[in-house]
Amino acid sequence: MKFDTPATTNPIDQMKVVGKPIPRIDGDLKVTGRAKYAYEWHDASTPYAYGYPVGASIARGRIRSMDIAAAEKAPGVLAVVTTLAVGERKKGKFNTAKLFGGDEVQHYHQAIAVVVAENFEQARAAAALVKVDYAEEKGAFDLKEAMKTAEKPADSQQPDTSVGDFDATFGSAAITLDEAYSTPDQSHAMMEPNASIAAWDGDNVTVWTSSQMIDWWRADLATTLDIDKEKIHLMSPFIGGGFGGKLFLRSDAVLAVLGAQAAKRPVKVALPRPFMINNTTHRPATIQRIRIGAERDGKITAIAHESWSGDQPGGQLEAAVAQTRLLYAGANRMTAMRLATLNLPEGNAMRAPGEAPGLMALEIAMDEMAEKLGLDPIEFRILNDTQVDPEKPERPFSHRNLIGCLKLGAETFGWSSRGKPGARREGNWLIGQGVAVAFRNNMMLPSGARVRLDRQGIATVETDMTDIGTGSYTIIAQTAAEMLGLPMDRVAVQLGDSRFPVSAGSGGQFGANSSTSGVYAACVKLREAVAAKLGFNSDDVVFENGEVRSGNRSVPLTEAVGDEGLVGEDTMTWGDLTQTHQQSTFGAHFVEVGVDVATGESRVRRMLAVCAAGRILNPITARSQVIGAMTMGVGGALSEELAVDTRRGFFVNHDLAGYEVAVHADIPHQDVIFMDETDPMSSPMKAKGVGELGLCGVSAAIANAIYNASGVRVRHYPLTLDKLIGNLPDVA
Amino acid sequence: MRAFTYERASTIETAAASAASHPSTRFIAGGTNLLDLMKLEIEVPTHLIDVNGLGLDTIEKTPDGGLRIGALVRNTDLAADETVRRDYGLLSRALLAGASGQLRNKATTAGNLLQRTRCPYFYDTNQPCNKRQPGSGCSAIEGFSRQLGIVGVSDACIATHPSDMAIALRALDAVVETIKPDGRRHAVPIAEFHRLPGNTPHIETVLEQGEFITGVVLPAPLGGRHIYRKVRDRASYAFALISVGAVIQSDGTGRIAVGGVAHKPWRVEAADVALPQGARPATAVLLADARPTEHNRFKIDLVERTLGAVIAEAKG
Amino acid sequence: MLNPTQLEISRRNLLITSAAAAAATSALPLSAAAQTSPTETKLISTVAFAVNGERRELNVDNRTTLLDALREHLHLTGTKKGCDHGQCGACTVMVDGRRINACLTLAVMHEGDEITTIEGLGQPGNLHPMQAAFVKHDGFQCGYCTPGQICSSVAVLEEIKANIPSHVTTNLTAPAAASAEEIRERMSGNICRCGAYSNIVDAITDVAGTRA
Repeated sequence: MKFDTPATTNPIDQMKVVGKPIPRIDGDLKVTGRAKYAYEWHDASTPYAYGYPVGASIARGRIRSMDIAAAEKAPGVLAVVTTLAVGERKKGKFNTAKLFGGDEVQHYHQAIAVVVAENFEQARAAAALVKVDYAEEKGAFDLKEAMKTAEKPADSQQPDTSVGDFDATFGSAAITLDEAYSTPDQSHAMMEPNASIAAWDGDNVTVWTSSQMIDWWRADLATTLDIDKEKIHLMSPFIGGGFGGKLFLRSDAVLAVLGAQAAKRPVKVALPRPFMINNTTHRPATIQRIRIGAERDGKITAIAHESWSGDQPGGQLEAAVAQTRLLYAGANRMTAMRLATLNLPEGNAMRAPGEAPGLMALEIAMDEMAEKLGLDPIEFRILNDTQVDPEKPERPFSHRNLIGCLKLGAETFGWSSRGKPGARREGNWLIGQGVAVAFRNNMMLPSGARVRLDRQGIATVETDMTDIGTGSYTIIAQTAAEMLGLPMDRVAVQLGDSRFPVSAGSGGQFGANSSTSGVYAACVKLREAVAAKLGFNSDDVVFENGEVRSGNRSVPLTEAVGDEGLVGEDTMTWGDLTQTHQQSTFGAHFVEVGVDVATGESRVRRMLAVCAAGRILNPITARSQVIGAMTMGVGGALSEELAVDTRRGFFVNHDLAGYEVAVHADIPHQDVIFMDETDPMSSPMKAKGVGELGLCGVSAAIANAIYNASGVRVRHYPLTLDKLIGNLPDVA
Repeated sequence: MRAFTYERASTIETAAASAASHPSTRFIAGGTNLLDLMKLEIEVPTHLIDVNGLGLDTIEKTPDGGLRIGALVRNTDLAADETVRRDYGLLSRALLAGASGQLRNKATTAGNLLQRTRCPYFYDTNQPCNKRQPGSGCSAIEGFSRQLGIVGVSDACIATHPSDMAIALRALDAVVETIKPDGRRHAVPIAEFHRLPGNTPHIETVLEQGEFITGVVLPAPLGGRHIYRKVRDRASYAFALISVGAVIQSDGTGRIAVGGVAHKPWRVEAADVALPQGARPATAVLLADARPTEHNRFKIDLVERTLGAVIAEAKG
Repeated sequence: MLNPTQLEISRRNLLITSAAAAAATSALPLSAAAQTSPTETKLISTVAFAVNGERRELNVDNRTTLLDALREHLHLTGTKKGCDHGQCGACTVMVDGRRINACLTLAVMHEGDEITTIEGLGQPGNLHPMQAAFVKHDGFQCGYCTPGQICSSVAVLEEIKANIPSHVTTNLTAPAAASAEEIRERMSGNICRCGAYSNIVDAITDVAGTRA
C-alpha cells in the first residue's frame, strides 16, 4: 500500500482499541524475568561457549603483531580469533569505523580479538593474556582544536542553507544576540549491553542479538562476513534499550559469529560495560554559534545557527541546526555545519540526533533573546511561530499546534508565578522555572507485516519490527485488533525475527507510526481476502466483535477464514506528502529547579511536557516514552558528559559510575499532556512519533530554569556546579 | 579475573596463618570493591580467604563510653544502629550518603576503609598509573582530573580516597584495631591509617601484608550537631566531588574532615581551631597547601562554600 | 496477547551439527570439574544454596559470581547483567532477605544461603503485588532493569518497615516512612535508562499504601 493522499475516515478512527490506555502485553513477561534478551537464549542440549572481546589499547595506529600463544594455552580456551587473522573485511553500509578485521586501529577499544572458552571466567582471563605490539600514530581528539580545520561535508548532508540576506538584516537589527554554546559527547548507556549469540548450522547462521533494526543488521552482517544475507537468521524479540546505540551492526554480533565458526560451537558474546562506551558509538559533541536579530516588537528578522562537530574519517555531521530551519519565523536566515576529523570512537545517532543538541543551544538562545527584548519567553516564541516552512513559505506544516502546547503548559504549570532571575529563595534553595520548545521532524520508513487469522479466530502479526521499550508489541496488537474487530486477547504479536516481513524498525521516532501503518496495510489485505472469500463487497464490509458484516449478512471470523486460515501481507510505502507538507512534532517543556545557593547543585523539582504529535496510539506507552526522554534530558542537562582525554584519545569515564545518568533521586514526579489531535497527512494511523520529541528541549528548559533560579547563565553543557558557584551569592 | 584458590576461614588465627602462607592473598568480606577490581585484573590475588564466618559483626559499648564496631558489621547495620544514630549521627549520615542500599548491605566496616581510589585511570589498565603499576607514571595529573585530589597530592598521584564513612571516622577520631600476622594486636589512630601518596601511591595504608582489621573503636560521644554534607553531580549513587563531615558544638567550636580532596580523609586540627572564625579562615587553613589542577580548582571554593552552609546549619 | 510460542520459535532452529559440539553437549556445570587436572580442582568449588526455595548444588569455577551462577548455570536469566561492576543494580537479588548486587559477590560465598530472584516473586498469571503494580503503572519500558527494580522495591519496603534510615531521612531517631522522597533515594542504586522512575515510584507507593 502506498500512502500518497491524506488519510480519510478508516477503521482506526473507531478508536475502540487504538488510543486506549492498554497496559503492555509483554508486561507480565518483563516483570517476572521471563522475557528473554539476546544473551539469554538457552537450549539445554546446546553447549554454548563464551566469547570475550579484546579491545585496542591505543586510539590510532597499526597492529604490528599479536601474541596469542598464552591465551590459546589458557584453561578452557577453544579459539582465539584475531583481527589480523581475519584480515580486512568490507564494512557495513551503516558503520563508519570498522568493527573488526585488519591491522588498522581507528579508535580506542576497537575490537581486535575474541577469545572463546568453555566458560565466561576462562574467556575473560584468557582475553587478558593477548599481547599486542602497536605502531601508534598521532590523532586528533580535541574538537576545539579540530574545528579550526573542519570542512564542509557533501551536499547530501545539507551543510549550508541560506534565505534572504542574513548578514545585512542582522547587522541592522534593533536587538541582537550572538553567543556560543557547546554540548558534550554523550553515551546511550542502555541497560542491556550489546550482546549476541551465534550458532552455525552448516553454512547458515542464527544470531540472537540486541538490535533496533533487524534488516539493517542482517545486511551489514552479510557484508562484513561476506556471506549471503539469506543464510543469516537474526532474532531480536526483546531489546534492553537502544536509544540509537543498537541501530547499526555492532562488534558483538561479528565476534559471536566468527567465534562460533572458529570454536565450532554456539558462542555468546556480550560487550563488557567498561568496554562499551569506547567500542560502540556515541552522540558527538557540538560547538554552536547562534545569532538572532529582532525588531523591538519581538519579531525575528534574522536567525543564524552554525555548528561544528567531529567524527571518524568518512563520518557524519551531528545535524544540530536542523530544527532552526523550521522552528521560528524570520525572513533572513542561514545555517551552516562543518565536520572535523576526530579519531575518537565513532559518532552516530543517539535519541533525536541533531535536534537534541541543537535545541539545547537554540532554546537557551531564545530565552536570552526574550530577556533582551523584555518579553516573556513564551510570548516571544508565540510571536515568532510559523505555520509554513520559513525557507519555502509555499510549503505548509501538515499540522502545527506549538502555540497550543505553550499556552496549555503555561496554564497547567503555573508559569505566571515565575519571578525574575535570582528572586525566589526557599532556605538554601534558589528556585527557578524554565521553558523550552520541543521539535522533531516526523519521518516514515517503509514497513511490512504479515497477519494470519486462524480457525480459532486468533490473529497473529508477524513483522521484523522491534520493541526497544517503546511499546511496539502493544500498539501493533491494538492496530490489528481495531482493524479486524477483535479483542486484544485474540491478537498475538511476534517481532524481531528476520523471517518476518521487513519493517521500519525502531529509530528516529518513526517506529510507531511506520510499523503500525504496515500492520494496517497487511490488515487491509487480510480484510480483502476475507471479504473475497465470502463474496462480500469489500467497500461496505465491517469487522466488529469477531464478526465480518456486509449489508445484512454477518459471519463469525472463525467461520469466515475456514480451516486453512487466511493471511494478509503488505508493506506500507510512502508518497510525497512529507515533501509537499512539512511534518513535524511539537511540544513544550516546563521545569522548576532548585539551585543550592552554597554548592551550586541543581535539582529538578517539577516537570511538565505538553506534546502535539498526532494521534496517540496508546497513552500509557506514549507517556512512558516522554517521561523517559525527559529523564534523559535531566541527565543531559546536569551530569552526562563523556570526558575526552585529548592526549590519549579516548573517553575516560567509560562505565556507569563515571558516566552519570540520572538516578531515581534526580527525578521528580513528571506530568505529560498530549494535545488531542490527528494528522491525516502522516499516515492512515494519523499518528506521529513522541519518543524523541520528549527529549528535545528538556535540557534547555532546565538550563533556563537554572538561570531563572540563580541569575547565572551557562551555555556549556552539562550545567555542573563548577560552572555556577563562582557567580552565586556569598554564603560564608 | 585470574584464577584463585578459595577458603572459608573459621578463626582469625587460621585466616592470618593462611594469609602468611600464600604469597598473594586477599581477605574477602563484602567483596564490593575487591571483586570489581579483580574483574579488571587490577587486583590479582591467587588466593582468597573468605572471612565472613568470623563473626566480628557486633557493635558494643567500650568501658570508657565509646563504641567498638566489628570489622564485619555491614554498612547498613552500622548506619541503622540505634546508638550510632543517636550518638554518632555523623557516622550514620556518612554511611547513608555512600553507594546504594544493595552495596551497603554487603560492604563492611573494614572493607570500606580499604576501598581503593575511583580514579578512572587507575581503573583502566591500558593507562599508566603509579598506583596500579608503580613507576608507570600518572595519567591523571595532565588528564581528566575533575574528581581528583587537590591537597596532599604528589607528582606521582592525585587520587582521592572514595570513602564517606572514613570521613566521619576521621572527624570522630576513631581507632582501627588490627591483628598482625604474628598474632600481635595493634591499634592505629585513623589519622595515621591512610597514607599520602608521595612516591609510593600503591601503598595506601599502614597495614602490613596479612594484617587483619578486627574492628574500629569510637571514643565517647562528642555531643554537638553532626552534619555530613556530600556534594555530587547527581543526587544519589555517586562518589563525592567533595564532602564535609562536621561535629559542631553550640559555641561554634568543633571539628571538620573533608572528603573528595585527598588520598585520605582530610582533616587539619589547626583548621578545627579556626572553625569558630568561620568557613573562610577554616578552609584557608584546611587547604593551605592545595595544589589543584585546572579541572578541579573549583573544589577549593566548593569546600569553603559547603563548610559555610554546614556551619550555618549547625547554628540553625 | 503475547504468543507464548514466541520464546520457542528459534529453539527449533538451533541445530548443532558438528561432532565436536555433540560430544560436548554434556558439558553442564557439574562436569567441568571432571575435565580439570588436580591442581585446577582447587580452582573449583562446590556450593549449595537455595534459590526461590529450591536447593541447588553447583560445582563452579571460584571466579563465578552469584549473578553468573544464576544466569549461566541455573538459567535463571531474570536477574540481569547490566554492568557487572555494581554500578547499575540490574542484578539485584535478595539473599537471606537482604537485597544485594549479585554481580559483586561470588557464588562460593553463599553456602547455605536463601536466595530470592525475580522468578521467585511471582509468575505470569500469579504476580507478586509489586510486579502487578509495575504493570499497572507502566514502571518499565525495555524491561531490562525491571527485575532488579522490583527486587529492590520489595526489599526497600521491608527496610523501611525495619526502620533502617536513608540519606534523606530528616530525623535519624524517628521511624522511617515510605514517602516518595524516601523511595527515590532508596531506589537510586537501580538505574533505569529508559527513565521510568516517575512511574516506578508510583508503583511502589501504590504497594506501600501511601501516596506520592
